Amino acid sequence: MSQSSSANVQTETPPVQQERSIAELKQIASQVRRDIVRMVHAVNSGHPGGSLGCTDLLVALYFRIMKHNPDFSMEGHNEDLFFLSNGHISPVFYSVLARSGYFPVSELATFRKLNSRLQGHPATEEGLPGVRIASGSLGQGLSVAVGAAQAKKLNKDDRTVYVLMGDGELNEGQVWEAALYAPHRQVDNLIAIVDRNGQQIDGSTKEIMNLGSLRAKFEAFGWRVLETDGNDLEKLIASLEEARQLLGQGQPVMVLMDTQMGAGVDFMMGSHKWHGVAPNDEQLEKALQQLLVEEASDY
Amino acid sequence: MKEFPYSESKDTRSGFGAGLHELGKTNENVVALCADLTGSLKMDAFKKDFPERFFQVGIAEANMMSMAAGMTIGGKIPFTGTFANFSTGRVYDQIRQSIAYSGKNVKICASHAGVTLGEDGATHQILEDLGMMRMLPHMTVINPCDFNQTKAATIAIAEHEGPVYLRFGRPVVPNFTPADQQFEIGKAVMLNEGADVSIFATGHLVWKAILAGKLLAEKGIDAEIINIHTIKPLDAAAILQSARKTRCVVSAEEHQMNGGLGDSIAQLLAREEPLPLEMVAVNDSFGESGTPDQLMEKYGLMENDIVAAVERVMARKK
Repeated sequence: MSQSSSANVQTETPPVQQERSIAELKQIASQVRRDIVRMVHAVNSGHPGGSLGCTDLLVALYFRIMKHNPDFSMEGHNEDLFFLSNGHISPVFYSVLARSGYFPVSELATFRKLNSRLQGHPATEEGLPGVRIASGSLGQGLSVAVGAAQAKKLNKDDRTVYVLMGDGELNEGQVWEAALYAPHRQVDNLIAIVDRNGQQIDGSTKEIMNLGSLRAKFEAFGWRVLETDGNDLEKLIASLEEARQLLGQGQPVMVLMDTQMGAGVDFMMGSHKWHGVAPNDEQLEKALQQLLVEEASDY
Repeated sequence: MKEFPYSESKDTRSGFGAGLHELGKTNENVVALCADLTGSLKMDAFKKDFPERFFQVGIAEANMMSMAAGMTIGGKIPFTGTFANFSTGRVYDQIRQSIAYSGKNVKICASHAGVTLGEDGATHQILEDLGMMRMLPHMTVINPCDFNQTKAATIAIAEHEGPVYLRFGRPVVPNFTPADQQFEIGKAVMLNEGADVSIFATGHLVWKAILAGKLLAEKGIDAEIINIHTIKPLDAAAILQSARKTRCVVSAEEHQMNGGLGDSIAQLLAREEPLPLEMVAVNDSFGESGTPDQLMEKYGLMENDIVAAVERVMARKK
């Protein structure tokens, strides 16, 4: 077990996560998906498509991969940190945080409502544990993560910083500023993940702003690049573990993760139409019938 | 009228550079980020002595701002350095979301503000920055007047938890404030007590206000001159106390009339004590190329402009 060698950082090491089986993770993912569709249905707003698509990733990170402490501290010394750059998929972030113990699961019922800590897009203003920066206006999260990763290096904190971006988000110029910077500065304690679902609000990414080969682009910028299936927990975990093995070698790591928008709910899958639309009562019931959990613990 | 002796003229940006270097020695959490303007921002000394805490980000200001926000999460106190234009307008959304709304402890240090940037012209001469920064919740906005005050302000903001916009400039101006001053954020500095008119000035216009005070004294007008180095939070108590005494007010700043110090004072007076106010500021116009002195004159920011404003406002006094 690595001890912090930093002089100015004195915090307790968070508890090591118990190793959960793939079967257990699948149950958790199903429960999270139930939360997502119920949350957006309750307020008839929010973004279910991308949230469902990234559920497996967030479950893998928070319930298997990351060392993190639900007894939240903003600075997160000696913990792995996760930043959500595509803040509109807040439902999956909130559900996973709540179910990891950052705040009561019952609070999910306040999503997008007045006086809630669960804002439409993640924010720190209301003090929601687990959120370290506001996101929503796209393109900023990679830069934030690069900054946090460099702070860890200065603090001689050897944990990892993770950041998730949408593929549509890569239209933003700032992403490429950060993509150029991170290899130049050898920010090699950083794993960036792109949710490659091929959809953005106005249509497919091919049609709106063709990204071409992201592998070729990021490799040309100096990143180590992995590709994986973001809706297959076993492959995803193997890829994230492989990504961790590539850290500390002078290069940041990029995981290009193919997902289905709306994954888990057949009628929401593969279409940009469910990017920012909530299900009606009938559609909610239909979705919940597909998201089965042995012991459902809906909020 | 008091005398304000000084032994030399210096640029305020060098005050920032000196303050930052001092912080490098005293506060190990201070880090500096610069967008390819290290020499212009006078960050060389910090870079030389604390290379591991200096981050050259290239010409990528958006990345710099969000990255600075990320560094605070590890307990660092980032000072970003670039021109005022690229520190604000170019990166407003990054500042708004990643820094102000997220309440991050970033110090946005902005040089070459206003028309005194000179020959480069209006593309680089921002006159709207104070307004943009003052509108953001959680943001503290500071515009010191000379080398010593800028150095003191730079050191003081490291101790202040929360986002700060620190504005300074390119030209040399008389360095008249004390080298050993304690900089108090949000606390106006009384320079000259007077009975006939209150002049509230900020940044480079503070020295112009002192020059105006001398011209006014020759005309038998006893001006009170106050340095408002902090635009936000505004020292409402000091401003109201002076205004209630003199019954008329002039503001002076190297900034647009819209959104700046004058606007802040107008809001305060309208709410608390409606009194005549004249504003010395740029009137809804972009700048242009020229020498700093030529531009200050053309855009109405000289001591004689303050004198004229005083005469107008005293004529309106009841």
